[in-house]
Amino acid sequence: MSEVSTDTPMIRVSAVDKYFGSLHVLKDINLDIPRGQVVVVLGPSGSGKSTLCRVINRLETIDSGAISVDGVPLPEEGRALAELRADVGMVFQQFNLFAHKSIIDNVTLGPIKVRKLGKDEAREEGMRLLRRVGIADQAEKYPAQLSGGQQQRAAIARALAMRPKVMLFDEPTSALDPEMVNEVLEVMAGLAEEGMTMLVVSHEMGFARRAAHRVLFMADGEVVEDAAPDTFFDSPESERAKDFLGKILTH
Amino acid sequence: MQVLIDNYHLYLRGLGTTLRICLYAGLLTLVVGTFIAGCRVAPLTPLRAFGTAWVTVFRNCPLAVVLFFMAFGIPALGVNASYFVFGTIGLALYTSAFVCEAIRSGINAVSPGQAEAARSVGLGFGQTLRLVILPQAVRSIIPPLGSVMIAMIKNSAIAGAFGIGGDLYAVGIRQSSAQGEAIIPVLVGVALGYLIITIPAGLLLSYVERKVAIAR
Repeated sequence: MSEVSTDTPMIRVSAVDKYFGSLHVLKDINLDIPRGQVVVVLGPSGSGKSTLCRVINRLETIDSGAISVDGVPLPEEGRALAELRADVGMVFQQFNLFAHKSIIDNVTLGPIKVRKLGKDEAREEGMRLLRRVGIADQAEKYPAQLSGGQQQRAAIARALAMRPKVMLFDEPTSALDPEMVNEVLEVMAGLAEEGMTMLVVSHEMGFARRAAHRVLFMADGEVVEDAAPDTFFDSPESERAKDFLGKILTH
Repeated sequence: MQVLIDNYHLYLRGLGTTLRICLYAGLLTLVVGTFIAGCRVAPLTPLRAFGTAWVTVFRNCPLAVVLFFMAFGIPALGVNASYFVFGTIGLALYTSAFVCEAIRSGINAVSPGQAEAARSVGLGFGQTLRLVILPQAVRSIIPPLGSVMIAMIKNSAIAGAFGIGGDLYAVGIRQSSAQGEAIIPVLVGVALGYLIITIPAGLLLSYVERKVAIAR
């Protein structure tokens, strides 16, 4: 798929390095994600793909380089950073729904406290999003009462309630039972179709082929391949990608 | 035991004073302790350093030294108030270090993913703490906080010994040394007075503990 990339990219990562102690987890990463592009990042465990996802809203700090979202450089701590995070939706592997709040309260907390929406308006919008992800009937329950797939869909609704410019997904289906993976991927594919800019760390190849415009393959902190999904899956160039695909395809 | 019956009104008044000290000091120490705990988990290094210094000072100085400073040091600096005020504040500041650590241990018991999710929807540090972390931390804060509060109630006797006057401890001292009453019955009376406060306080805490355990 071709992209119009004349305007500022939604996400720009330039020359980013990141260490965990002596471990070099991101090595000189350069990446532009144009508005509306869906990028799937895959790679072996420890390749730095989750860290790449987490540095974009500064859940992890970087040691050098620069990151900007919609043309704005990532601020340091403080109000400006909170404002930027409000525009960047994040979905976690472990859902991280607020355990002490009902599903609808999870979804409306940000809009009420950060966007200063009225309670009724936030609730209406929240219910619309819960209907969209198919769990409106669970609105009054607590996270622990829901299945993993339902929790993850609630987490997506919570992120969407902030009307984000970008959505980051950090292995959104890796903690799910197999029969719940599809319900989450379908919601994500729907978002992709609507033109949401997305960075998705995931090994779901069906999703990558169907919904992604671009696949990044990472290994040892570097982006080894950057290609269209079909090109990558059908004819990977590097040995490491071939080896990786061989391992996940044989089952 | 006649001394207890004859002087029951003195004991009651002493109980009232001790209760007042504990109530004011308790409220103050909860506010200060929570604030210091917030400092200790803040993203800003100077705040964290301040919190750590606070806890180090007040947790490691004997209460008697803190109270001594409040009784003689602060007035020497030209600040004047009754010793009831100074004693209560001293007791609250000393206890706040322990309150802070009880709260901080509760905060650390909440999964880090909760704070990450809160920050990701754009909540600031204070909002994250107040709306997401503390409500979930309460369950694990209550038991250690209860011990801290009961210790504070008993420590109020030391503030009494510094001359707040009229509290349970002072009543006991006056009767045994100034009025020459037999020490054992007098102290039994004083002990009963403290038990009247601490045992219901303990029961209240286990009630709250059960309450917050279910609410989830």
